[in-house]
Amino acid sequence: MRRSSLALALVAGLTVALLGAFLHAASSVGETAARLEETRHLVARLGLSDLTLFTEARYTRHPAMADLHTPFQDHPMAFEHFPSGTLVPPPAHLPGGELRIVPAEDAR
Amino acid sequence: MTSPFARQRYLIDYTLAALGRRRGKNAGLLAIYTLVVFVLASAMLFASAIRFESTAVLADAPELTVQELVMGRHGLLPADHLDKLSAIRGVATVEGRLWGYFYDRANGANYTLMVPGRDAAEYSVGPGEAIIGEGLARSRGFKEGGALLLVSQTGKLLKARIKSVLSNDSALVSSDLALISEVDYRRFFELPDGVYTDAAVSIRNPREIAKIVEKATLALPSARFVTRSDIARTYESLFDWREGLLVALAAAAILAFAIFAAEKASGLSAEEAREIGILKAIGWDTTDIIAMKLWEGGLVSLGAFLLGTVLAYIHVFLFAAGLFEPVLKGWSVLYPDFALAPRIDALQLATLFVLTVIPYTAATLVPIWRTAVTDPDEVMR
Repeated sequence: MRRSSLALALVAGLTVALLGAFLHAASSVGETAARLEETRHLVARLGLSDLTLFTEARYTRHPAMADLHTPFQDHPMAFEHFPSGTLVPPPAHLPGGELRIVPAEDAR
Repeated sequence: MTSPFARQRYLIDYTLAALGRRRGKNAGLLAIYTLVVFVLASAMLFASAIRFESTAVLADAPELTVQELVMGRHGLLPADHLDKLSAIRGVATVEGRLWGYFYDRANGANYTLMVPGRDAAEYSVGPGEAIIGEGLARSRGFKEGGALLLVSQTGKLLKARIKSVLSNDSALVSSDLALISEVDYRRFFELPDGVYTDAAVSIRNPREIAKIVEKATLALPSARFVTRSDIARTYESLFDWREGLLVALAAAAILAFAIFAAEKASGLSAEEAREIGILKAIGWDTTDIIAMKLWEGGLVSLGAFLLGTVLAYIHVFLFAAGLFEPVLKGWSVLYPDFALAPRIDALQLATLFVLTVIPYTAATLVPIWRTAVTDPDEVMR
């Protein structure tokens, strides 16, 4: 067998495999829809807000419900304890206070 | 006269024979190239699938969650806040929720203990009963009909008959859950009546959420409000693959590969330059030489792209992204046993193709063109 035939057959085979992956993804839509629907139902009924990907700390278990001091769990400037903290950024929607410096006469 | 197709096939034959002369080096290159594509494609497929999954399942998360803040931290929500929230026009229902964490010293895992709400008839539990998630059941070997035994830090014992175990299908949101009755919950955590962990608010018209939050902020200045879109945004940023640790780690590997590939592709060895000189001397055109090198770059990069992507698909969707598990697991003892819905984002795949195949093929061309246009006599000297 010529080298070119082998190489082209391999590329064609891999292309078919990639198309197969697309087909597999498309064919599992119906199957996963039922599973997602069931999970969605559970989320709605129990009022769940987060995924159980990282269960080691409350701010990684429920990042959406994390409190203001999430980045500094134990004291200001505290280091992150858990490896998952690297994957879970502080929630984008945390409200913040405001530090204002007023002139001395106003403060009096 | 040879047909253009036959001509290209001869060129491929020659290219492959030339690659075969440096078999070890080229096989190594192909393996590393495939590995880089595999890691990138796995991260991409995983991030895209889990983002889709989280968006789909959290679409029905509470429209508005109200938390009490005490000294900037999450505190207990007094029951009278529920009345104040109910009084706001546009609010359909307000439900005080009870949920919290329990650290199990037996296996070092954290569980989420929760009281099912009024609407959750199919998940309702009476005193002395519990419904548990698959991760909790798996880690402690609990089964339906068995007994859930938990001892609190203060020595309170929770003993409940396991009414059912939640299905594996919903593990991504329920793996560490233990649903118990309100009576058991308050007794176990020694929680007085009239306080809740937080409140879930449903709203009649979703377009009024911003207005209702505005009114609720005035009514409850010490509270914090988390809307459904806030939850979605939190997860959107969490799963943004560009921010993912995996991609950050892969970036170092990609950089190393880029240097290796650029060095391999752009710098011609004296042997290769001599080879081109000989080809030109025996009558090859500059276009033939460039076409031959294009085939070399194209076959190596396309092969690596296709193989890496197919392997990544198998890894993520047929083997549940097993190689990423240690990274995602962190220190958590309970890790949900979940399968992701297989899906491929064609745009992302096209981006990966453009970023991996085209630069390598292009990098092989420039030095070849420079050598191929030079006089063969000069090249061979």
